[in-house]
Amino acid sequence: MSLLQAVRLAWETIRVQKLKSFFTVIGVTIGVTFLIAVVSIVAGMSRYMKDDLIGKIIAVNSFSLRRTPDFQVGDVTQATRAEWRRRPRIYDSDVQPVADVLPSDILWATQSEDNVTLESSYAKSRVSDASAVSSGWFDLKHMGVTDGRLISPQEYQLGTPVVVIGKDVADHFFPNLNPIGRVLTIHDLPYTVVGVAESQGSIFGQSLDKFVVAPEKSPLKRLLVQHGTIDAMIIQAPSDDRMRDAMESVRAVMRGRHHLHPSQPDNFALETSESALDFWNNIQKYLTIAGVALPTVGLVVGAIVIMNIMLVAVAERTREIGIRKALGARRRDILNQFLVESATLSTLGAALGVALGIGFAKLIAAVSPLPAAVAVWSIFVGVGIGAGVGMMAGIYPASRAALLDPIAAMRQET
Amino acid sequence: MSSHTVEAPLSETAERRAVTGAPGATPDNRWVIVTRGIKREYDMGGEVVRALRGVDLAISRNEYVAIMGPSGSGKSTLMNIVGCLDTPNAGEYWLNGQLVSTMTDDALARVRNKEIGFVFQTFNLLPRATALHNVELPLVYAGIGSDERRRRAKLALEKVQLENRMDHRPNELSGGQRQRVAIARALVNDPSMLLADEPTGNLDSGTSEEIMRVFETLASSGQTVVMVTHEPDIAAHARRVVVLRDGLISTDEKREAFTSRLGAS
Repeated sequence: MSLLQAVRLAWETIRVQKLKSFFTVIGVTIGVTFLIAVVSIVAGMSRYMKDDLIGKIIAVNSFSLRRTPDFQVGDVTQATRAEWRRRPRIYDSDVQPVADVLPSDILWATQSEDNVTLESSYAKSRVSDASAVSSGWFDLKHMGVTDGRLISPQEYQLGTPVVVIGKDVADHFFPNLNPIGRVLTIHDLPYTVVGVAESQGSIFGQSLDKFVVAPEKSPLKRLLVQHGTIDAMIIQAPSDDRMRDAMESVRAVMRGRHHLHPSQPDNFALETSESALDFWNNIQKYLTIAGVALPTVGLVVGAIVIMNIMLVAVAERTREIGIRKALGARRRDILNQFLVESATLSTLGAALGVALGIGFAKLIAAVSPLPAAVAVWSIFVGVGIGAGVGMMAGIYPASRAALLDPIAAMRQET
Repeated sequence: MSSHTVEAPLSETAERRAVTGAPGATPDNRWVIVTRGIKREYDMGGEVVRALRGVDLAISRNEYVAIMGPSGSGKSTLMNIVGCLDTPNAGEYWLNGQLVSTMTDDALARVRNKEIGFVFQTFNLLPRATALHNVELPLVYAGIGSDERRRRAKLALEKVQLENRMDHRPNELSGGQRQRVAIARALVNDPSMLLADEPTGNLDSGTSEEIMRVFETLASSGQTVVMVTHEPDIAAHARRVVVLRDGLISTDEKREAFTSRLGAS
């Protein structure tokens, strides 16, 4: 009996018992469904992370100088936290010495950030993110305005209480109005709106446009950080190599300023987008392991179910097997017949699982901020798993069938 | 299969002399079945049951032979061995000049497929397949392609006058029709013999006669037919009756053809 014939025979047998066949492979179907769904969601998140998210939060070829890192790979121990608390802050006075070692085509800016309460005459007060920044900041962030203008050099120089606001802030605090020239009150001090920033989009459904930005020298900074300090200095180079050179120069300066011995580690953080990516890759690794391990358990159960049902099928069809052998079926013909039947069943179950998994992933992508990218390779893997599981589950029942004595088998009652 | 011990064969000259009805000859093309000294024993929980104690049988081409015997005579065991479903503990069996008594399971399967056309008392058709597909089954295991299979299966069904029922399933056919499908299936691979085990056992007397007429027609057109039965009425249709008793051949008689019995049909 050729393979094609065996598959046709299997198909006929399965077709006649659709419901029973479905329940036979349900374990495999569910296992593959979740496997595909998890792989798709993790792949989608990964792509989103690398392309969209990381790029939005941390500009390319840039690094930041901070007191403690923003992204940490692995667990942070008590000891680490204690050490972090002992670290000196980044001071205003550190800025110029660092800037001095940077070549002129390297962009830099300082940033101090925290949440503040905003008020206007036109809407309820709300808490929002606020930053006090130096003059290179908008350039570095590639941020422009859709309305009004950016902060002017004079305003940076004088510390004038002006703000550039995000689109969400404009919509909430100045509904149906032009915010330019109007006043936004931050902790009882008035700030004049000079510009509305371009929309920054959103991450996982959360809007990135809920912010205000004021010059560093304005009173806002005092609300955000301890006097005389900043949160971070962000530095951007034209290329990765130049960035790394710049990092080392800055490291040298800061180590000097902190009077560090060569044997002592840095007591400040120099962070690139890599740290953020490492952070994500770690999460992704664990997500993938869990996401693959659990469906695998389902597949093992599914295989056991298939094996048991095939054993019953062989017992019920003993007479048929005897007849086939009497007519000339060899052991391997009978073995193939049942192996192919088992593998076909399981593959169909896996194909259904792939379809359900893709549907499930798309559903999740549609109703939640999680993205899902269906990887084509996972479809082939899913179907391959189906065939493999079916064959393994079917070996024992098929060999039992193949070894039946035709004379005894034909005596069985139907 | 139950446990097997095999005795050593006789020398070649002794073989030749021992072959019944073929003095001094090696089994040649004239003989479909030649058995010599067939013994078959079973171990039933410590006790040894000797089903066959040394059977010598020779059946030539175109013979129509009935094998009779009471229950326990060993006729079923002999039929299984003749049909290559079982191998003897001792003795030889040449089927169409091939020594099959020591063949492997796979080799026996091939021989069954090509040389033996089984017809069973309980029909033994696949219940979920059409008549046509049932008849095609031996060709499937012979590796014949699907167009050729259909052609040959239809021809076989025509021989038993059932070509208009070929898409029916067994449960849509009468007992007599089912047995005719089984006969068509037995013929489809052009076997050396039809081996029928109580073919009318599950049929009423009218249908039984109908089926026996089919066998007669086939025998007349040159088919070798071996029929195992315990009913003398059925055995009477054959040209030769071999009677088994206690694992040995007790009588082996040739008879005249019963054309008068069959009437014009």
